[in-house]
Amino acid sequence: MRKINNINNNQEILTTADGVPLKASLNRALRRERNISLLLVTPLFVFVLIAFLFPIADMLFLSVDNKIVVEKLPRTVPLLADWDETGTVLPDEQIYKALVQDINAGTVDKTILRLGRRLNFEQGGMSSLFRRSVRKLKRLKEPESYKAATIRIHRKWGDLATWRLIKRLSGKFTPTYFYSAVDGGVDKAGHFVRNPENQRIYLKLFVRTILLSLLITLFTIILGYPISYLLATLPTKLSNLLMILVLLPFWTSLLVRTTSWITLLQREGVINDLLVWIGVVDNAHRLTMIHNQIGTIVAMTHILLPFMVLPLFSVMKTIPPNYMRAARSMGATQFRAFLRIYLPNTVPGIGAGCILVFILSIGYYITPSLVGGTSGTFISNLIAYHVQGSLNWGLGAALGTMLLMFVLALYVLYDKVVGLDNIKLG
Amino acid sequence: MYKIIKQTLLAMIVVSFTAGIALAKTKLVIVSWGGAYTTSQQKAYHDPYMKLNPNIQIINDDSAAAGPAKLRAMSKAGNVTWDLLDAVASDSIALCDEGLVEEVDHDAILAPAPDGTPASADFGDLIVSPCFVPTIVYATTFGYRKDAFATPPTTIADVFDLKKFPGGRTLEKKPIGNFEWALIADGVDPDKVYEVLATPEGVDRAFKKLDTIKDSVIWWSTGSEPVKNLVAGQVVIGSAYNGRLFNAIAAEKQPLAMMWDWQYFDLDGWVIPKGSPHLKEIKKYLRFAADTQRLADQAKYISYGPARKSSAPLVGKHAELGVDMKPHMPTNPINAKHRLVKNYEFWADHEVEYTEKFLAWVVK
Repeated sequence: MRKINNINNNQEILTTADGVPLKASLNRALRRERNISLLLVTPLFVFVLIAFLFPIADMLFLSVDNKIVVEKLPRTVPLLADWDETGTVLPDEQIYKALVQDINAGTVDKTILRLGRRLNFEQGGMSSLFRRSVRKLKRLKEPESYKAATIRIHRKWGDLATWRLIKRLSGKFTPTYFYSAVDGGVDKAGHFVRNPENQRIYLKLFVRTILLSLLITLFTIILGYPISYLLATLPTKLSNLLMILVLLPFWTSLLVRTTSWITLLQREGVINDLLVWIGVVDNAHRLTMIHNQIGTIVAMTHILLPFMVLPLFSVMKTIPPNYMRAARSMGATQFRAFLRIYLPNTVPGIGAGCILVFILSIGYYITPSLVGGTSGTFISNLIAYHVQGSLNWGLGAALGTMLLMFVLALYVLYDKVVGLDNIKLG
Repeated sequence: MYKIIKQTLLAMIVVSFTAGIALAKTKLVIVSWGGAYTTSQQKAYHDPYMKLNPNIQIINDDSAAAGPAKLRAMSKAGNVTWDLLDAVASDSIALCDEGLVEEVDHDAILAPAPDGTPASADFGDLIVSPCFVPTIVYATTFGYRKDAFATPPTTIADVFDLKKFPGGRTLEKKPIGNFEWALIADGVDPDKVYEVLATPEGVDRAFKKLDTIKDSVIWWSTGSEPVKNLVAGQVVIGSAYNGRLFNAIAAEKQPLAMMWDWQYFDLDGWVIPKGSPHLKEIKKYLRFAADTQRLADQAKYISYGPARKSSAPLVGKHAELGVDMKPHMPTNPINAKHRLVKNYEFWADHEVEYTEKFLAWVVK
């Protein structure tokens, strides 16, 4: 039918039995099909939106969200706009009165101390300032001077730094979490300054995370390539057995695998015992192979190996053995044939494996925290600390955002250099 | 005939419906730390309570380690499913500040001591936050390998002395505790530790002292690590929770011993999540589970001191090992000769700031 329709383009219009032009009828049928298929995808789309995109967007938003200050100090913040934070004069009586009213209002629903915790992330001591002040402020009944009374309750209310902090954070959004995430803060005038050298930590850990992840990815290629080759070329019976050996650790709990590496690598562990027994290492100088970078690299390479082997294997499986034979028959040496024929054919597998391993490893935190000691911890360990320990979700979110942006940038770069169609997962 | 069938059917429906109501137990979700600790609470609090109240079923959730973060997330989502959360004192203060847990009137909801002393007086200054019901006193103290030294270490200064006591150390990857110990070992008056620590010079001084042993330290972050490393011989002295050390020494007969000098006192207890679905029932539970006898009973199963003063004389022998528990309690006068009580207010102010400094120092 379609053929006829195409050929008879400028001849009489073909119609269906009920007189509708064939083309329109066909279009309608196609549209219905498309709508049905869209309908089928909708649940998945909604699911991804609700379970994946919204939470991530919400997390990203936390890194700049600062509405708590305006919310808890609705009377004080507008008045502070006219106060000169660069000068040396404290805010006037009116602002102190507004502050007392705001804090007393916040004491009723018991949420004002939340503000103290928020400010404490920027300046240590704010938490106790609020906790100590609230009860005393509640008892304050129409004093002669709110300013004098408030400062009497806690001397920090008479400190310019306290007011500068409140004014600086009076916006609905704040860059301060990102400042902290790149080891910085603000000076008295509100400009960004970097922390002293010996207090920088986040950027250092970012760099370390990336370098170690690259190293781990490299090791998984070196170890995974020959394994995958064996898996792809051995007779099915043998390769199935090997495959189980590769997958077995994959099915074992992450914690179990990590702990078994501790048993193997520790000072009184299996490997050290063996080395001492052979006589390679002196009993007093046992090797330190765990609670440092070596521990992290070894354990993570092992844990992430299947993510390299599986895509490599699936790609190698599809390369016909004839290719290599053809190259050999045309006079290439074994090595040259591998380099020119086999290796280029496996690039999509390497690419997929690298992306999987690298992205998984920069987000790892359980393994580095157990076996990494101090030199083998990753940035995710600090993100976990801020989410679970200090409850500074803003900073945790800022660090997470930076990590996410880095991965996305890398993804784009990968697309430019290697090309995304050159990835094959199976 | 038809009528009879109809009546029996109706009767059956009515019976099964009422039986269903009777069988539907109230389920209380109690969040704690898991492992030996939850077991001790199960045996001392939960089991006896469920025996007395057959309509209550207590469900243990072992996620207290991430408790504050999870509670905050649940509260943000408006769906709090926990009824009671076990938290360390500093977290209870933070959660109270955040308004995520209920304030409690201790004398109204908790049972008085057997002699009539009201609960607030019986717990005394251990009620560090209006939301907190303390249950145990635990200590972070030092364990050492008995086979490593001819003369055992006896003071906190010995921990920092690599010449007299050579070998690996293990300390918690936190400034809390380590800063205080470093300053005391460096000669600071123990009463003035927090005064010194509030100044930048004090922090530098603590770092300088810690620098002297830094290369020998393995930093731990979960309670099981230091004991494991001591047992494996990876280190010879280390800080650890006294309950974990007790377990390794008394139950597993490991060649370890404890050094109580300047043990670091901390508290653990209950907080009631705001929005708990069974507020009334959980308060009733607390009246039972946080009374004098129950707190003393817990010490039969784990070596942590009861938070009530009135419980101390009731502490007996370990339920399985038959060891007298009193000498192993951090609160025992011989052990508590030199003790450091955590200054919660100081750490609530400075924890974030000092932790960043500490971690930067650690990775340097």
